[in-house]
Amino acid sequence: MNSAQIEIQLIASLVAIACAIPGTFLVLRKMAMISDAISHSILPGIVIGFFITHDLNSPLLILLAALTGIITVVLVEYIQKTGLVKEDTAIGLVFPALFSIGVILIAKNANDVHLDVDAVLLGELAFAPFDRLLISGVDVGPKSLWIIGSILIITIILLIAFFKELKVSTFDKGLAASLGFSPAIMHYGLMSVSSVTTVGAFDAVGAILVVALMIAPAATAYLLTTNLKKMLSLAIIFGVFSAISGYWFAHWLDASIAGSITTMLGLLFLVVYLFAPKKGIIAVLYREKQQRTEVSLLTFLLHLKNHNEEEERHVNHLNEHINWQKVRSKTVLELATKNNMISIENNIVSLTEKGNDFTSQAIDYIITNEDAQIEHMKDDFFLFRG
Amino acid sequence: MDLQEYFSLVFSDYTLRTITLGTAVLGAVTGMLGSFAVLRKQSLLGDAISHAALPGIAIAFLITGAKDSNTLLLGALVSGLIGTFWIRGIITKTHLKSDTALGLILSLFFGFGMLLLTFIQKQPNANQAGLDKYLFGQAATLIESDVWMMSIVTGICLIVLLLFWKEFKILLFDADYTKTLGFNTKFIDILITSFIVLAIVLGLQTVGVVLMSAMLLAPAAAARQWTNSLSVMVLLAAFFGAFSGVFGTAISASQNNLSTGPVIVLVAAVFVIFSFIFSPSRGLLFKQIRFIKNRRDLQLHKTLAFMYNIAETHDNISHPHAIKILNNFQGYTKGTLQKLVKKNYVNLDGNMWSLTEEGFNTASNLYNQQTNE
Repeated sequence: MNSAQIEIQLIASLVAIACAIPGTFLVLRKMAMISDAISHSILPGIVIGFFITHDLNSPLLILLAALTGIITVVLVEYIQKTGLVKEDTAIGLVFPALFSIGVILIAKNANDVHLDVDAVLLGELAFAPFDRLLISGVDVGPKSLWIIGSILIITIILLIAFFKELKVSTFDKGLAASLGFSPAIMHYGLMSVSSVTTVGAFDAVGAILVVALMIAPAATAYLLTTNLKKMLSLAIIFGVFSAISGYWFAHWLDASIAGSITTMLGLLFLVVYLFAPKKGIIAVLYREKQQRTEVSLLTFLLHLKNHNEEEERHVNHLNEHINWQKVRSKTVLELATKNNMISIENNIVSLTEKGNDFTSQAIDYIITNEDAQIEHMKDDFFLFRG
Repeated sequence: MDLQEYFSLVFSDYTLRTITLGTAVLGAVTGMLGSFAVLRKQSLLGDAISHAALPGIAIAFLITGAKDSNTLLLGALVSGLIGTFWIRGIITKTHLKSDTALGLILSLFFGFGMLLLTFIQKQPNANQAGLDKYLFGQAATLIESDVWMMSIVTGICLIVLLLFWKEFKILLFDADYTKTLGFNTKFIDILITSFIVLAIVLGLQTVGVVLMSAMLLAPAAAARQWTNSLSVMVLLAAFFGAFSGVFGTAISASQNNLSTGPVIVLVAAVFVIFSFIFSPSRGLLFKQIRFIKNRRDLQLHKTLAFMYNIAETHDNISHPHAIKILNNFQGYTKGTLQKLVKKNYVNLDGNMWSLTEEGFNTASNLYNQQTNE
């Protein structure tokens, strides 16, 4: 590993951390698509900033572009407030228009601008170490490392300083407002941090892939935990892991680093999406299947309680009476026997005492709709648990 | 070339004619299907699908090694559909919300697509150049067979739309009711979503991955402002879309260095802004005018009620009073007084005013009217 490789991985990891922090809050606040909108609509800001400064790494350009990001948010909110279209339509209208303006600005001034739409959108991490920051002639490291480093430090300071406020306003806007934290300030603060991070990172990973680094680690972490601090740290870990493994994947494949970081993020999400212990697809499908069986069991017990006639309770007739397939009836019968709810004599099913109690409680449970009244029963009913 | 020259050339010049026809047809079909996307609150789905189509294009190229646009679009269609159904799976099966699911699929698929594209570019194969036109679109690469393809798809869309019009409409506005009526909502839902994906994929070559969502949304959002009827909205959106296509092509052809996609999007955006402001029933301008008018009316009523309270204390309702006593009253201006005179509610005589019979009756009924209705 030479020094350029280390620097690239360092930059990628810092970008991943800087994105994961605001990304977590965006995902929790259901504003993930705003980050997509910002990442597109900063283009005109970058172009205009570039006309003025002629330097893609100048702080003025970053500020101008971040300002465009905030303008996007304000525009979206304004359009939404008029009530003419829904929020998602407002987002979908604003950013392509701003992006188009950016593309046209670049195209019209192609001769005097060394700026390429591809470069803005996709970035090229491999070149980042070659753009050095010189302070009085001394090489102190790549420019983008400094930029993203300072953005990250500011983000972390803000996060620590306003963690409590952010947490409250994310989960309970009303409570936050009544406690005296202005939700608007929190909102625009978060939007500004997201914009600045997007601009700072576009140079390294490209504007669109910033979105991946913001949303994917946070979404993956959200499938694993419901604790904000754990979610933040998991998102950061996932981000850094994908950044470093993505770099080596790209190295091996000789392809775009940003693309392969995203691919790693995607694979990570896919694995968690499938196998997360509680919220993964497999767990959810298994739970749904179990719940279906449990509901069937309840229906079956209710049926037994309602009918004293022997022919209604004959094992062979169950299929017709409750309209079940053979396999399903068998599962339910077995489950009921295992729980000592029924006894079978001469192929006639009858409720045991335990089964009878359970069924009467179940009827109570079903007909009482108020949560408070059935609270003490909840523990008995495995099917309604989680 | 200026605009005039463009319009004189559009019928004779092969390239111009093809591009114009292509963008017009594309605008019409995306406008049509976009109406459904907007009304179903799936506006951003278009953005996600168009990005999700990118890896499909790359994989189709990797498998066939050819740049035939139909094969590539088939790949885009498949990967767009996979993206759509994955989004659906995330929303229904986990607690992640729709915005997260959309952003996730959008960025992950796009990133994967970029990885494949850069991988393809490094291949020792001279054939790969030009795949990146799908990023931003190049209307100039449209050929006659592409336009035919678009027209055929538009035709199929139209037929399906007409056949299932009732189902689409009812699903749009009351999904639960549709289910109780016994329609297979899942099938209708998948049908309309697949057609939206198809329309998006068709447009990739022309306006590109990034801007495709605007083609879907903008005409529909503009059309929505003018009508409350679905059929009119779909027709209007198709018209707006086609017009943006033609006009955008015209502008970009008449200038150097202007790519067609962004110009079409901006033309469509102008349509949207115009509709937002000038639509008679929903537009901001008329809303503001109505607002001001209502406020004036209220002030007029306030003045009248104040006068009524004074006149009530006298035996003769037409007893004259000095204008001065109105001066401290908020709703009073010279203008409102003139208006009251014009309406024959008040008589003016020098510095004195008096209520007329009509004014007195109106004022006494002012606040009862609402309760009587």
